Amino acid sequence: MIRLLQRDLRLAVRSGGGFGLALAFFLIVVILVPFGVGPEREILARIAPGVLWVGALLACLLSLDRVFATDYEDGSLELLATAPLPLETLVLAKAVAHWLTTGLPLTLIAPVLGVLLNLPVAAYGTLMLTLALGTPALSMLGAFGAALTVGLKRGGLLLSLLVLPLYVPTLIFGADAVRRASDVLPVTTPVLLVAAITLGTVAILPFAAAAALRVNLR
Amino acid sequence: MTTPLLSLTSVACMRGGLTVLQDVTFTLGAGQATILRGPNGSGKTTLLRTIAGLQPSSEGQVSAAPESIAYAAHADGIKGPLTVAENLEFWAGLFGTSGIDAALTGFDLVALRHRRAQALSAGQKRRLGLARLLVTGRPIWALDEPTVSLDKAAVALFAGVVEAHLAEGGAALIATHIDLGLKAETLDISAFAPTRRDVQAFDESFL
Repeated sequence: MIRLLQRDLRLAVRSGGGFGLALAFFLIVVILVPFGVGPEREILARIAPGVLWVGALLACLLSLDRVFATDYEDGSLELLATAPLPLETLVLAKAVAHWLTTGLPLTLIAPVLGVLLNLPVAAYGTLMLTLALGTPALSMLGAFGAALTVGLKRGGLLLSLLVLPLYVPTLIFGADAVRRASDVLPVTTPVLLVAAITLGTVAILPFAAAAALRVNLR
Repeated sequence: MTTPLLSLTSVACMRGGLTVLQDVTFTLGAGQATILRGPNGSGKTTLLRTIAGLQPSSEGQVSAAPESIAYAAHADGIKGPLTVAENLEFWAGLFGTSGIDAALTGFDLVALRHRRAQALSAGQKRRLGLARLLVTGRPIWALDEPTVSLDKAAVALFAGVVEAHLAEGGAALIATHIDLGLKAETLDISAFAPTRRDVQAFDESFL
């Protein structure tokens, strides 16, 4: 699994833009919102949690269709399926690689972008915490969607439609935690729920995604 | 006779909801190579994929020791941004073997080892794809058209590698249209074309 992870990360770095795409998209969304909404600082502060979370979520979605597609196209997915590595582990490694190239950089850059949206200082810690806890769930759900649509040409559209509803709970609790933090309210419940969603997806989805891959590889 | 490495008993395989092969029965022992022949569309790839475990057989049984089959498809599964050595090291690590030098030497890739795989020619890529077989350390090779885009010298090189593999007690099942010059049995799979049409496996056409 470590080998596969190393290979995927090396590929992401070598092929260029592996880390950049999601980050650039997130940056663009968050920079453009104040221009669209106007410069009132109270309004910006109120919508900041939602905008940051929606931006991070869409940035995650952007690179999902490539999780399995490149390996499927050059035939390595079939060869990986016949390797001693269980498909469940393969899915997990792919999801982790996706998180390291999108979720982690998004989490790290989010506080910087929070400044642009006048996010209250009290919420920075919670923003990073919920993103760090929630983005693994986005990657895992995305890997499941990618496994379902791997053999399809132009599967990206179907993938987004399949995955978006599954992203909603993470978004609701993640953004809610940040909103409560900026109003200086207790955040324990939504943060725990985000963590629960992530743990649930990591526990169940590798098996579901592996089953989907097996069917798609026939 | 020793127990065969691979044996198929009245196997039937499906592709796109249609049975393409049925009652396939043969065995493959250590040191033995079998060449699969048959016209395009006769089910060579489907049979090899069934043997490799990528799709289930609809009838009959494929028996081989677990994790004993190395499969090589039409596509080589090479990552362009990685070098030749990195590609092989990845597969060697995944299959838990060490040392890629034998594979590099076997397919004459030593001079290319630090070249990015995307800069290789089609034949060189193919050689890299076949070199992967040597780092899997698995006894049974199931090869689908291994000689596509190889020149004459490379075909001879490949035949030599297969012979060495057989001499070490391995086995090979090769679907090809050309003469490899191997001492091998030939199996014409058009003999296993289905004689009856069945529509029982309705779901299969949707999978």
